[in-house]
Amino acid sequence: MFDVLLLSRIQFAANISFHILFPTITIALGWLLFYFKLRYQFSKHPVWMRAYRFWVKVFALSFAMGVVSGITMSFQFGTNWPGFMETIGNIAGPLLAYEVLTAFFLEATMLGIMLFGFHRVPAWVHTGATFLVAFGTTMSAFWILVLNSWMQTPAGFEMIDGVAHASDWMAIIFNPSFPYRFSHMLLASSLTVCFLVAGLSAYRIYRGDNKKAPRVALKTAIFSAMLIAPLQAFVGDLHGLNTLEHQPQKIAAMEGIWETQEGAPLVLFAVPDEESKTNKYAIEIPKLASLILTHSLDGELQGLNEFEGAHPPVAPVFYSFRVMVGIGMLMIAVAWWCGITLLRKKQLNKYQIWTLMSLSFAGWVATLAGWYVTEIGRQPYLVSGVLRTADAVTDIASGNVLLTFILYMSMYVVLLVVYVRTLFLMAKRAVDIEEYDLSPPGLPEGPRVKQARNNSTIGA
Amino acid sequence: MDILFSDTALPIVFAMLTALSLLLYAILDGFDLGVGILLPMSDEGQRDTAIASIGPFWDANETWLVLAVGLLLVAFPAAHSAILKAFYLPATIMLLALILRGVAFDFRAKVKPRRKRIWDYTFKIGSMLTAFTQGFMLGLYVMGLEYTLASVVFSIFSGFCVLAAYSLIGAAWLVMKTSGELQLSAISWSKKCGVLTAFGILVVCLVNPYVNASVLRIWTELPWAYFYAAIPLLCAFMFILGFLVLKRLPLADDAGASLPFYMVVIIFVCCFLGLSFSFYPYVVPGQLTLNEAASSPASLKIILIGSVFVLPFIGAYTVFSYYTFRGKAEQLRYY
Ligand code: HDD
Ligand code: HEM
Ligand code: HEM
Repeated sequence: MFDVLLLSRIQFAANISFHILFPTITIALGWLLFYFKLRYQFSKHPVWMRAYRFWVKVFALSFAMGVVSGITMSFQFGTNWPGFMETIGNIAGPLLAYEVLTAFFLEATMLGIMLFGFHRVPAWVHTGATFLVAFGTTMSAFWILVLNSWMQTPAGFEMIDGVAHASDWMAIIFNPSFPYRFSHMLLASSLTVCFLVAGLSAYRIYRGDNKKAPRVALKTAIFSAMLIAPLQAFVGDLHGLNTLEHQPQKIAAMEGIWETQEGAPLVLFAVPDEESKTNKYAIEIPKLASLILTHSLDGELQGLNEFEGAHPPVAPVFYSFRVMVGIGMLMIAVAWWCGITLLRKKQLNKYQIWTLMSLSFAGWVATLAGWYVTEIGRQPYLVSGVLRTADAVTDIASGNVLLTFILYMSMYVVLLVVYVRTLFLMAKRAVDIEEYDLSPPGLPEGPRVKQARNNSTIGA
Repeated sequence: MDILFSDTALPIVFAMLTALSLLLYAILDGFDLGVGILLPMSDEGQRDTAIASIGPFWDANETWLVLAVGLLLVAFPAAHSAILKAFYLPATIMLLALILRGVAFDFRAKVKPRRKRIWDYTFKIGSMLTAFTQGFMLGLYVMGLEYTLASVVFSIFSGFCVLAAYSLIGAAWLVMKTSGELQLSAISWSKKCGVLTAFGILVVCLVNPYVNASVLRIWTELPWAYFYAAIPLLCAFMFILGFLVLKRLPLADDAGASLPFYMVVIIFVCCFLGLSFSFYPYVVPGQLTLNEAASSPASLKIILIGSVFVLPFIGAYTVFSYYTFRGKAEQLRYY
């Protein structure tokens, strides 16, 4: 019937794509919550606690989605890719084990205290728990990205009888592409959260919320994005240079360079065609690709012709790369456009509010696009130069894989729709709610702040 | 210490670590799955309390499953792929159920009030399905990972046993963590589930040696048999004691309300030890032994060093978390 290899790849890609959406939010949102909590701790101004309280709910929901989809991931290696562990288990094993030991338990346990422990532990313990949750998610990203980067640019190992054995753990952990991938992913997570926070806060303001908390959150998000978005472009550029050194065939696919050439043009848009090995309808800027990647107008770039039979499929890599960079540029523009208004202490106008609302989930799209560049760009290898994807696949009956794939997909679609709708519903509810009551449970509810809607005069 | 790290000891050390995390998983996620299975659909207030009692814990509880599967994967890759391939469909159903249940938990508190009930049902059904498929896989494992008519029938039976056992530990948890009406119901659930669980254990104890000749030999070989006999005796003793305690509950000042929970924990430990002794030294019954399935000692050592350092911390903050949320469950409030 269907090809198990293809089905397994699609299933793995679908599962990890679903999974990564939520870590992308929790990694940076954890740090943002820690920041809110610290501001509250030092200023005692309740607005910080209100911002915390709204976003901690978003965090809880995203975390739950991340955990349950992650559990699926940990089963996938064994079920769909037995060849993966057989060949590089000696390297992947310890890395995955350290992720569970140093990250998963920490974040999962501290989460309980962070979510429900505010009135049960001293203030500093609660702040500490918030810190540890953020730290845990980042550690988790650290270990899994070590593994993923090692799969891209393997180092510090030797092959004995077709099985990889570790020879230098420092070289494995800090493999050539790791620093770039780790920083690029952390920044991607930060940008995703900046635009999610800005988008939902803009939605609250659009719905007539005059409370201070959404404005404070909006400002924090936009000001951070003003710095992070350009930084991301810079880090992305360095990442690309690193990839050129270690995986030139990936760069050739990203840039759509078919023949090795000097002074290669930057292809802004085109339709790459594998049959004729050319770009159709290309819009190009002469020599720019060479300038960006080799820092010289006439620098030589290797083309796909040098990697006959061992280069990735061009079109998906090429398009995904443009989606990511396009959104990156858009983010820089929007962050500065809105940021300058806010710096001048003015209200955002309705176009700005609309733009922010529609970009709420732009970070997700860019992140997925980025991962597709990275992962598809590594094909036909699973571990560059070491293990081909086709050699690692399972021998489970394809009917079973197809069945489970359909089950997973239908559930993911439903959950994704519910998740997004729930976020907006929570934002909508927060508009109508009076100011949150901060008194401990059990005490009589203190005099609540009057209908906040027409009460507040604070501008954004 | 050195002996832990010797090449011959490593597979056994890792088998013990894997078994320990499976046991902790069964106990810890067992009680929160049990609460989900028993979720009283007739009374929303009780549902809120029941869920509040597991709110701070369920996430960390599930992590023990991730650790168990992870350890199996890294320490016994051959066993991992043999076991998970045989479990492909039931494991997928379990994962889907776990996903539904995990998110239902969060969605119920955040969606429109009229949708809350739907998520409560999702939570309940997801918990049931998780428990059942886990029991099914346990049964299949005992039957040597083969799909025959007899093994499937036995596995289905085993699925119901685990369903009953998780309900039992969940009910005992509710007896400890709640009061009033809900506690009264939990006491009566504990009694019913106790009977079912005891019956299930009995049947498994009879069928297991009947199908696996090696199991029979292990349990009857002298002088070990004297030592092993302690396990079923302790288990039976806990059941009897448990019923005596449950009959008297609730007492003034809520005295003794946590006793049933600890007794069920002992029962779980007994069953687990019993199963482990039955199959040692096999990881895949009758097919693969620990040593055959173990991976390279070099990478196992790296993991063991990490575990020796980190596990005490995990233990410490887990205790801290249970200590923080000690006492009767109260309404969950974010912040
Ligand atoms: C630790 C390993 C690891 C990590 C962290 C990731 N991947 Fe991956 N990815 C793989 C390990 C892997 C793999 C096991 O190596 C796959 C399976 C099939 C394949 O070709 O490589 C793969 C394939 C794969 C494919 C299909 C490529 C193809 O077959 O052409 C996509 C689209 C993604 N991944 C997407 C992602 C995303 C969105 C990730 C973000 C978290 C991600 N991967 C992280
Ligand atoms: C293929 C690889 C992956 C596997 C096998 C995997 C596995 C898991 C598992 C089992 C969990 C649940 C842990 C728990 O119980 O708390 C989880 C959660 C998480 N994963 Fe992954 N994961 C993968 C990819 C990634 C990547 C690429 C990242 C980040 C860049 C990531 C970051 C996280 C984070 C931060 C969490 C914490 C839960 C959350 O924030 O929602 N994972 N992952
Ligand atoms: C604006 C300019 C950007 C440039 C020049 C850039 C560059 C790159 C490059 C070259 C890669 C592939 C690296 C490889 O596989 O070897 C990559 C991957 C990736 N990008 Fe970007 N990027 C940019 C913006 C963004 C934005 C805005 C996001 C998300 C919000 C993002 C998220 C990612 C992710 C998640 C990956 C995959 C992980 C990784 O390999 O680091 N990027 N990026």
